[in-house]
Amino acid sequence: MSSSVSERTRIKSERYESGVIPYAKMGYWDAAYSIKDTDVLALFRITPQPGVDPVEAAAAVAGESSTATWTVVWTDLLTACDVYRAKAYRVDPVPSASDQFFAYIAYECDLFEEGSLANITASIIGNVFGFKAVSALRLEDMRIPFAYLKTFQGPATGVIVERERMDKFGRPLLGATVKPKLGLSGKNYGRVVFEGLKGGLDFLKDDENINSQAFMRWRERFLYCVEGINRAVASTGEVKGSYLNVTAGTMEDSYERAEYAKELGSIIIMVDLVMGYTAIQSMAIWSRSNDMILHLHRAGNSTYARQKNHGINFRVICKWMRMSGVDHIHAGTVVGKLEGDPLMVKGFYNVLLEPKLEINLPQGIFFDMDWAALRKCLPVASGGIHCGQMHQLLYYLGDDVILQFGGGTIGHPDGIQAGATANRVALESMVLARNEGRDYVAEGPQILRDAAKMCGPLQTALDLWKDISFDYTSTDTADFVETPTANV
Amino acid sequence: MRLTQGAFSFLPDLTDDQIKKQVEYCVSKGWAINLEWSDDVHPRNTYWELWGLPLFDIKDPGAVMFELSECRKANPTGYIKLQAFDAARFVESTVFAIIVQRPSYEPGFYIERTEGAGRMQRYQFSSYAVQAKPQGERY
Repeated sequence: MSSSVSERTRIKSERYESGVIPYAKMGYWDAAYSIKDTDVLALFRITPQPGVDPVEAAAAVAGESSTATWTVVWTDLLTACDVYRAKAYRVDPVPSASDQFFAYIAYECDLFEEGSLANITASIIGNVFGFKAVSALRLEDMRIPFAYLKTFQGPATGVIVERERMDKFGRPLLGATVKPKLGLSGKNYGRVVFEGLKGGLDFLKDDENINSQAFMRWRERFLYCVEGINRAVASTGEVKGSYLNVTAGTMEDSYERAEYAKELGSIIIMVDLVMGYTAIQSMAIWSRSNDMILHLHRAGNSTYARQKNHGINFRVICKWMRMSGVDHIHAGTVVGKLEGDPLMVKGFYNVLLEPKLEINLPQGIFFDMDWAALRKCLPVASGGIHCGQMHQLLYYLGDDVILQFGGGTIGHPDGIQAGATANRVALESMVLARNEGRDYVAEGPQILRDAAKMCGPLQTALDLWKDISFDYTSTDTADFVETPTANV
Repeated sequence: MRLTQGAFSFLPDLTDDQIKKQVEYCVSKGWAINLEWSDDVHPRNTYWELWGLPLFDIKDPGAVMFELSECRKANPTGYIKLQAFDAARFVESTVFAIIVQRPSYEPGFYIERTEGAGRMQRYQFSSYAVQAKPQGERY
């Protein structure tokens, strides 16, 4: 034997010779792949670097979001490596953009830890978004398989149970965020809660950045809010609440605040998206154990959800949050001040509320998906909406939604109670008209004017906000192939 | 004080004609419809007295309106609520509830407070009308 041991044992297979080979050839592209019911599917919008073949870019994304590294490793051969490799199986050009492609990728379910959003997201969005072979990358949609969904709790309370607890049926719920967001003392803050609830709202709400600052520590806020809530309950005979934000610097602090909210008799708490997926899942499990409704404020989402070519589409966040177990999530208004194309927003609402999803390309839903009996998550419409838009809000958003008018309640010239009453009367008169079979969208302004004849605060509100609209073009709209090719 | 449970309590009391249109809406959805009455309303009293069983497979809104008038005769001064149920999978709950009769005088609720540690209050709601009076003599 003349050769050295390392030469004699060197791997002979062409596939596993050391070096760099294209991802597509490494096994991350399989146009003939047959999708399993248990596979996690992801749809990415890929913008390859100039000169990079779209199929190779798709394979690279599949590789980098599953098992691959940049070069061949012999330790692959110690595993059933083909099972663990994600497979890009389909690439379509994006109709409206010549440099972009939709890439479909399938992942074996066993790649992911049961019941862990942190684990699945660490793969799917972990490293790959910084990958040099693509100049931009966006996760557009996912199909989470039934088997994997069953390992998640889902919404702690859910729409049906929330309505039963609140004893409120047959109309959207109404809320408002306390304003100004920052600076109020506890006593003044609770005043806003009391006035809004007494005037007719179902919920008041802490804003995302109200935690425990120098101007108002959290215990002060909780005590005064609960006083305001209970005074309003006594003066209306209705169950009411105010989302107490328990987001804090540590989980220990969050749990302490949640426990205190429970001790005070609050029916609902809230957390911010920025606290992280693991923290959100923990609070959802705490909430179900403690009969608490859990509201989520999507703080931070627009940093990655808004641009069409890079980031995560908000519908994916909706799916993740329904899995993670929150009961409420802000999901757009169509007519308000924040981003939202009507069809896209409808898609978000369907993702949150429907028991089963069917492919609906105009709404941006790329996969059939059964929610495996996870409860429904209530969408919240908040941001620059007012009672003069009630017919449009009811038409676009339906019954299962919380309409939150912050400025539209607290900015009322006759006070917060008057603002709340204007909203409630506008809402009830529109639902009444719809149920009567009237063409409430066309007749909406007249329905509101008629209702205002018996409600001074509504007349004042309509006069004040009659010309306010936020008519900007949405940045996030659907791109879809008009006649899609059959899904292989 | 006006009890504002139910979907349309901020509007003027509905006329029978308006109620009938809402019943027609519920019938068109295929929902079961029932009536409940109470003279013990409270924010947490979710079980009012049933006026018979819910009307399942109801096609004729007139049948609901007839039961409403019978219920009113038996309970001329208390509260009456009209509800609808949807038995569809993933709903299986109440989907509609409106108050269709209320007393002419609604005195409201009294808050009893108990002081706890750390400025904590325990709140208990009692109805002025219900307190110390038996069923049937409250409103």
